[in-house]
Amino acid sequence: MEYHELTIGNAMERLARREISSVELTSAFLDRIETYEEGIGAFITLDRDGALAQAEQADQDLAAGRGSALTGIPLALKDILCTQGIKTTCGSRILENFVPQYDGTVVSKLKGEGAVILGKTNLDEFAMGSSTENSAYKITRNPWDREYVPGGSSGGSAAAVAARFCCGSIGTDTGGSIRQPASHCGVVGIKPTYGRVSRFGLISYASSLDQAGPITRDVRDAALLLNAISGHDKLDSTSAKVPVPDFTQALDQFGKGSLKGMRAGIPKEYVSAEGMDPEVEKVFHHAKQVLEDLGVEIREISLPHAEYVVAAYYIIAPCEASSNLARYDGVKYGFRDRSSDDLMDMYKKTKSRGFGIEVQRRIIIGTYALSAGYYDAYYGRASKVRTLIAGDFSKAFETCDLILSPVAPAPAFKIGEKTDDPLTMYLTDIFTLSANMAGIPGISVPAGYSSKGLPVGIQMMARKFDEMSLLRAGYGFEQSIGLARKFPDL
Amino acid sequence: MKISKSEVEKIAHLARLEIKDDRKEKMVEQLGNILQYIDKLKDAHVGGVGFSSGGAMADNVLREDRPEVSPGPSITLANAPERDDDFYVVPRVVK
Repeated sequence: MEYHELTIGNAMERLARREISSVELTSAFLDRIETYEEGIGAFITLDRDGALAQAEQADQDLAAGRGSALTGIPLALKDILCTQGIKTTCGSRILENFVPQYDGTVVSKLKGEGAVILGKTNLDEFAMGSSTENSAYKITRNPWDREYVPGGSSGGSAAAVAARFCCGSIGTDTGGSIRQPASHCGVVGIKPTYGRVSRFGLISYASSLDQAGPITRDVRDAALLLNAISGHDKLDSTSAKVPVPDFTQALDQFGKGSLKGMRAGIPKEYVSAEGMDPEVEKVFHHAKQVLEDLGVEIREISLPHAEYVVAAYYIIAPCEASSNLARYDGVKYGFRDRSSDDLMDMYKKTKSRGFGIEVQRRIIIGTYALSAGYYDAYYGRASKVRTLIAGDFSKAFETCDLILSPVAPAPAFKIGEKTDDPLTMYLTDIFTLSANMAGIPGISVPAGYSSKGLPVGIQMMARKFDEMSLLRAGYGFEQSIGLARKFPDL
Repeated sequence: MKISKSEVEKIAHLARLEIKDDRKEKMVEQLGNILQYIDKLKDAHVGGVGFSSGGAMADNVLREDRPEVSPGPSITLANAPERDDDFYVVPRVVK
């Protein structure tokens, strides 16, 4: 087996047995990135020297018997997670020179477990987008077919995992930004429960929706990364004080009882969703049968307010964004336009030249919706609709343990196909937004391919803090459908 | 609801953004389409429904207000676009 074929789980075993070294593994990924990155565009920043130094340290630790859970495992991080001493751009010109003075909690936890950080992956600017075409730096291409988008906003992370540029990656998900690119790139992605993972050092887009999570080659790896990053953090008061189980136990649970006794609901509102691609329907139908064969009891459920999810999300997220992004004023950090000697003019030129068009659009929508006379009609109303959406899920989870749906209504689209039509792009988020609005966890697992050979995933959602059910069902599904670890030739 | 060009200009000013003339028309049209779609929310029955702002836990988070050591200006100002010792430099505020 070649180095780049190793999953996190495989690599951990071989490192522990000293069959391979972290320096060998890390070098192999760096060489592979050098060979193929130009055609994919997964990374904004590569930290070759830093990664090799961390790998050397990892090898010393392993030799001395001081290894931790991820010692020596090369990972890639979405460039929205603050990394001390490594540029963190958020895919934006406004942060082109920003070098964080501290690690985000997710990053310090991964480093604490011995992980090697290869670099920072591309994203839609400030995580606003579904295709990674909104990055100020580059377009990321889908490794399965380079004319297609990898999805977004964590498109660089998903592409890096699919291209096997790293053992695994961390993305962030505000409305589907882990699950949708994972689906489009044929890899596994988990958006944890809101509060499961600390947001400290995750540069804010919409604070009540943002959550970091793993993007990996298989479900076991997702459980391993989730183990490493979960837990309460006093630096994020919204992180939850709840126990963190060993998520790999979910795999044993499947081994012991298959998926018997699990109940999964399929929302009738999703089945009739507009713009459903027949190929996605076909994959979804097959996935349903696979789960039934594993003993899952499938029933129809209703999420009566599903039709309002996109509208409510595209008020709430831009409102929070307009407030969060006000901090980029050219004074404290980041880009400053130097052509003006007037303060107001400096603010305006800095923001207009520093932010891309989609970010400006969302700031304007948010500012408008929060402005005098419109607050009740927009933000107030959307927040009440959010209560109704969360209520739909609570009710549904009275009779089922999982909710099944496609991840996106269609497979990946072509680069450039939707850039001119933001509303159409927003509507493709229909199945993923709800989990963020309701604060519940969701997983995307590879389930099949379109006729063009593009991957298609399915989504499962569960009750708050029940990632274990997602991992158990996801693992069972992955084992049965036989798609685990199929990757594109580069 | 459609939005007018002058409203977009007013909002852009509130957000401290400057939209170039050649982009303005398209921006007004795209925002109009988005807001028209969002008008769907008016059909939702929200009478008596509470406001939710997210968060996994229903309880409030309180802690003692204890001072801790701050990182200091060498860290805090490390990314300043322009500084003079321990101060940010900005364009003249008072004329």
